[in-house]
Amino acid sequence: MTAAVAEPRPTDGMLLKVRELDKHFGPVQALYHVDLDLPYGQVTALCGDNGAGKSVLTKCIAGIYQPDHGQVFWEGNPVHTRNARDAAHLGIETVYQDLALADNLDIVQNMFLGRERLRSQVLLDEDSMERAAKETLAGLRVTTVRSIRQPVASLSGGQRQSVAVAKAVMWNSKLVIMDEPTAALGVVQTRMVLDLIKRLRDRGLSVMVISHNLTDVFEVADRIAVLYLGRLVVQDKASAFDLQTVVQYMTTGGSGPTAGSRSRDN
Amino acid sequence: MAGVAPEQAADLTAAPEAAAAEVPPELVAQTLGEYLRAYGARIRAGESGVLPVIAAMFAIILVFWAISPNHVFLSPVNLVNLFQQAAVFMVLAMAEGFALILGEIDLSVGFVGAVGAAITVQLIQPITTNWHWIPAILAGLAACAVYGAIQGTLITRLRLPSFIVTLAGFLIANGIFLKILLLGPFSGYPNLAGQSDNLLVIYNLMWGTIDPTISWIGAAIVVLGLGLSIGWADLRRRRSGLVAPPASLTAIKIGLIAVVAIVVVAICNSNRANIGTLEGVPWMIPIVLAVLGAWTVLLQRTRFGRYVYAIGGNPEAARRAGVDVSLVRTVGFALCSFTAGVALLLYASLLGGMSNNLQGGQYVLFAVAAAVIGGTSLFGGRGKPLHGVLGGLVIAAIYNGLYLQGISQVEWQYIVTGLVLLAAIIIDAASRRGASSGSVTRA
Repeated sequence: MTAAVAEPRPTDGMLLKVRELDKHFGPVQALYHVDLDLPYGQVTALCGDNGAGKSVLTKCIAGIYQPDHGQVFWEGNPVHTRNARDAAHLGIETVYQDLALADNLDIVQNMFLGRERLRSQVLLDEDSMERAAKETLAGLRVTTVRSIRQPVASLSGGQRQSVAVAKAVMWNSKLVIMDEPTAALGVVQTRMVLDLIKRLRDRGLSVMVISHNLTDVFEVADRIAVLYLGRLVVQDKASAFDLQTVVQYMTTGGSGPTAGSRSRDN
Repeated sequence: MAGVAPEQAADLTAAPEAAAAEVPPELVAQTLGEYLRAYGARIRAGESGVLPVIAAMFAIILVFWAISPNHVFLSPVNLVNLFQQAAVFMVLAMAEGFALILGEIDLSVGFVGAVGAAITVQLIQPITTNWHWIPAILAGLAACAVYGAIQGTLITRLRLPSFIVTLAGFLIANGIFLKILLLGPFSGYPNLAGQSDNLLVIYNLMWGTIDPTISWIGAAIVVLGLGLSIGWADLRRRRSGLVAPPASLTAIKIGLIAVVAIVVVAICNSNRANIGTLEGVPWMIPIVLAVLGAWTVLLQRTRFGRYVYAIGGNPEAARRAGVDVSLVRTVGFALCSFTAGVALLLYASLLGGMSNNLQGGQYVLFAVAAAVIGGTSLFGGRGKPLHGVLGGLVIAAIYNGLYLQGISQVEWQYIVTGLVLLAAIIIDAASRRGASSGSVTRA
């Protein structure tokens, strides 16, 4: 692995560990005793049916929600992220499904939104931001845009996804969480985004991909974790699964025909 | 499976003409010819910049010149008169621009600005408070800014629609304005006639002129300063390996600015009086330019300005990026009202006082119309202070031209202005639809 991290790594090789995480909203138990490991430099796919708790778990990691119980370990140390800014400070960036780009701003302006560089304290340093944005996009081999000064409104879906990802990795992030990155894309655009995810891994970043599309999951994921009704029922190397078993875990919470009812009895 | 190369090829061919049209032409063109072709594609796609409004302005000027009695429309007297009428529209449109770019609207600008101007005019009256003009102006503008900040706070903190809050603010400001006019022994018409330097200064905002020689020197400094800063920015981009517009284009831009400056100063410097001399650039021109320059820098070169555009484009994206959306919106409304105060101060100067005849509601429509005609979007996220200046000039030209034709009845002015506003909004909505349908086909 060629991660861009200088600090000594925890011996178990895990960038992020979630232990016994609980989260409820009123009477609804959204997450129940969730344990999740995200290793350095690997792509982990988080799968689950609608309402399984994928988004809640993501938001607990990204600092949007506070878990009721349980602990998150970041590079071996217990951490509390109170908001997205705390998470960003650790090196966790999230690319949401709606991408959160301002259509009227250009690529550079979007990538630096909220973190603009200044010269002489007041004025925006456009040139330096443009150079940095260009380098990041070139590093990710996002080369199909005509100009990085064109408004995001004029980009294709895959290009927009690429800009959102480039925005996330600009800030020395170590973990990029992507929520349904290929959901709204065509075949060519999907390929573009999957290649981008592989490039992030090649650069040593850890990626967590939330996806319904199991074909995409098997294409990029090194590890697969499955949530079922708020419980993390399985996590392992991707090679330990095939499409059938993942579907079974997602729909019944177990690998055998009776597993689902067993997990509901708990 | 697919390598990088076929993926890129597929993506490039998948991007239709419309996508290319939305890219600002100076970014993809290396030569003037390429630039013109790219610009043509952009205009056809409805993303046109300021060229159409300038073309429309020339058309209006030509028509009124042709039909006005003795071609008086283009006489220096009338043109300076036109600039003075336009000044109020221009500054008010720049005020409204803050609300429009944020994706909101401010219906109160006319009377809120009038409250500020009335405060100033009352404070400098020698027989009552007799304030110096500087603190009087500051007090008037501060009152406007506070009024705008209160409206902005209601809109952002209580999540009320700006349309309703500023409609209420419009009525309240109208009442306050009339109350302020009734103060003092002026039977509701405090004016600027009288023997007082402070009265004279306010009167001269619109009517005072700068010595012709100094006018030329000032224009030269402005053109030189703008030219150097544009040229320097281009040079810096080229040196650091970034794409810069073709040098010939930059030269043409600077040349056009110089031509406009020379024409304006030449018009103003010709003797406009029938008896005696009246010449030189009116103070109001540097005042409008100062507002234009300050708000252009604020909106396009600072973090605050960037956040204003981001909120207009996608408030959720701005919020997630850590922008204090409520604060930026509130400051935006405060700046809108503050600038309206400047506009109505110019109005008071033009009128030589303040009067309860002020059509504050009509002025709001003019402000919105001017901004939209100039190219600012009613849907948020797009617009520049320059749009307000160009749009204000168009509205004033229509007004002035109709007046010269003897069509001075208010009815016709209302109807024509309404039609122009409608036309501008239709163009705005159509270009917006064109852009979004383009994105759907590209997605």
